[in-house]
Amino acid sequence: MKFNYFKTHAVLILISACLVSMQSCKPKTAQSAASGDASKTFVAPGKYDEFYNVVSGGFNGQVAVYGIPSGRLFRIIPVFSQSPESGYGFSEETKPMLNTSHGFVPWDDQHHIALSQTKGEHDGRWAFANGNNTPRIARIDLTTFRTSEILEIPNSAGNHASPFITENSEYIVAATRFSVPLDDQNGDVPINTYKQNFKGSISFISVNPTSGEMNIAFQIRTPGVNFDLSRAGKGKSHGWFFFSCYNSERANTLLEQNSAKNDKDFVIAVNWKKAEEYLKAGRAKTQSVKYAHNVYDENTHTARSTIRTEVAVLDPADCPDMLYVIPCPKSPHGTDVDPTGEYIAASGKLAASIPVFSFTKIQKAIADKAFDGEYDGIPIIKYEAALHGEVAKPGLGPLHTEFDGKGNAYTSMFVSSEIVKWRLSDLQVLDRVPTYYSVGHLSVPGGPTAKPHGKYMIAYNKITKDRYLPTGPELTQSAQLYDISGEKMKLILDFPTTGEPHYAEALPAALIQSKQRKIYKIEENTHAYVSKGEGQTKVERNGNQVHVWMTAIRSHLTPDNIEGVKVGDEVYFHITNLEQDWDVPHGFAIKGANNAEILVMPGETQSLKWVADRSGIFPFYCTDFCSALHQEMSGYLRVSPAGSNVALHFSTGTNKPAVTTEGTPVKDTLKATSKQ
Amino acid sequence: MKRKSLLALALLISGSLFFAACNSEEKPTEETTGQEAAKDQPETHGTEIKPEDVTLTTPLNQEWVKTGKSTYDLKCQSCHKLTDERLVGPGWAGVTKRREPHWIMNMITNVDMMLETDPEAQKLLEQCLVRMPNQNITKDDARQILEFMRSNDGVK
Repeated sequence: MKFNYFKTHAVLILISACLVSMQSCKPKTAQSAASGDASKTFVAPGKYDEFYNVVSGGFNGQVAVYGIPSGRLFRIIPVFSQSPESGYGFSEETKPMLNTSHGFVPWDDQHHIALSQTKGEHDGRWAFANGNNTPRIARIDLTTFRTSEILEIPNSAGNHASPFITENSEYIVAATRFSVPLDDQNGDVPINTYKQNFKGSISFISVNPTSGEMNIAFQIRTPGVNFDLSRAGKGKSHGWFFFSCYNSERANTLLEQNSAKNDKDFVIAVNWKKAEEYLKAGRAKTQSVKYAHNVYDENTHTARSTIRTEVAVLDPADCPDMLYVIPCPKSPHGTDVDPTGEYIAASGKLAASIPVFSFTKIQKAIADKAFDGEYDGIPIIKYEAALHGEVAKPGLGPLHTEFDGKGNAYTSMFVSSEIVKWRLSDLQVLDRVPTYYSVGHLSVPGGPTAKPHGKYMIAYNKITKDRYLPTGPELTQSAQLYDISGEKMKLILDFPTTGEPHYAEALPAALIQSKQRKIYKIEENTHAYVSKGEGQTKVERNGNQVHVWMTAIRSHLTPDNIEGVKVGDEVYFHITNLEQDWDVPHGFAIKGANNAEILVMPGETQSLKWVADRSGIFPFYCTDFCSALHQEMSGYLRVSPAGSNVALHFSTGTNKPAVTTEGTPVKDTLKATSKQ
Repeated sequence: MKRKSLLALALLISGSLFFAACNSEEKPTEETTGQEAAKDQPETHGTEIKPEDVTLTTPLNQEWVKTGKSTYDLKCQSCHKLTDERLVGPGWAGVTKRREPHWIMNMITNVDMMLETDPEAQKLLEQCLVRMPNQNITKDDARQILEFMRSNDGVK
């Protein structure tokens, strides 16, 4: 027995030693390549990722920021949805950000991201994000990773083909998913009058080159199709925009079947330089509409919402040569322009091939009038006249294409759950790799720009079944990272994501990491209720409103004893964080608040409204662990019955002498003991 | 039990051999991104102030006393009283008699350096248990605060 025991182990050791000598440094097998490569995604503790990945949040209405190649989640930026964590959409200052012509809309469906560009490359200034459901576009400042502006889109009903951006951030676009009766028309019409009454809209939103502020420069009225995705031309095709459309049948029921009847849907090409000329020449009609424009001011730390009432509209009937229709196989999704601006890859979700159009050929077709009739007065360019060629049998359900800057394109295949790499010049399929599962969009850092960084590609999947530890009926959404630096694509990392990621963009960390704002200078704070120092803290009553000017600094709130509030009072806590040190926010929460907490950044002022619903003592405290004495950072608010004669009183550290409930002074036994 | 541990040892040895063998191939990846985040900042960390950088004169510069006090009201008062009573940090009464001028100014502008290197500053942290925050104060601001402290200590 004993002999056997050693014999077994000797053999085992021998075998493993042999395995070692055989295995060491041999090329990896297919199995090990598919199981990830930790050395390629490992970012050592204390080291930084090479890229920021700005990812849409889908139905959570927010935007998430991950590091690439590690896949680590850095931040969830509140955009279209309220965030009880930060108080965004709950604080008095941020509520106006979510105002719309429909009133306060605290949620949206966020699908696509566009990063600002200069000369066709990312400039690291802003990220734009669409709200699909109640049509909106948001601008996120990449020095603060906060939402700076939200613009509602009129005449739209589902802002899906948005926000796509031109090479110098001249415009971002917003084309409607649902065509509907226009905002100034009586929309109370039978649904089956779709063909007469439903119209499409494409909005061109100008971006102020200095402030980033958005403005609807003009809208183009279109036939009542459904717009899906878009891309701006670049380089030689700068001045053009390409939109994919479906439901060219203009069906108004069971679109799943009825909008897929035609053999071909469209890509609509828009000559926006021409549109600018028509606008200048006064061809636009002013339409009466109603939409909200919300801007956050970093000095007043307050958002302001204004309702705008007019929009300039260009009708293609008055503006020849502005729109062209290019037939495209069934229900195109992505219509993606390559880094040179020459090729436009249009992925028909239900098609068996990927048509690739040539910008040069489109221009020639227009010059030669190689048209095949009209669609609602818009010339239809002959399919073959615009076509560079088709990628044959790429896979099932081509959805979206990104580029590596080395002459290759990568198309996601939703139905067959794979990514296909193909060459732009001869349209040959070069490689294919599985995704787990049902891949939606792809993102190559810099992929939609003129200079992609062809090192990584991220796939955003719709289904993750069996890839992660299960968590009940709902499983995590996920992304997968591929190394695309070589000839073959290699899956190197799975990472879970929040919400449902649709499109995302990634940019080099070096573009923005040194520009991050650390604090708000307290000297520059012009909030209407700022307390610049504890000397300015106070409590004032105005009818049934009580305003509390409060400061927070490690580790106390001033004032921390407040009396004289009565049942029914609306109390506004205006908290100024006096800190001027990076990463030292203070939080504020009070028992029974019907909204949320607020997090206040260094030098910032934020306000929480709280209604006194009953008499009693209500503790409040700092929620963000700030120092060794964080737990002590708290206070008490006393609420008395309505009509009580308790006077308004506030203090910190200099409270009235302790008394019993009957009002007689209490002997401070603790103090007496410690003095002995 | 013993069987298992021997097996584990064998695997461990072979594993580390494998690792060592391949290690030579694994070059440390070049740092492509700067590791220094957030350089262009509104937040100020001063450079060290030397004794010879500070000159005290009398009578006091009343303009500095005034601006020093307004900075105190905004950024210091929450934690420092003007008496000798400790709040979060020590009261300021007598501070200009206890400490060298450059020590005070470094404590205001270079608190991280002071808490790392200065034994007196470290003693204060043990007492107060709250790191003095960087309040984004420039060298000039700190000099004015020092003038206000001198005024608080009775210098004319």
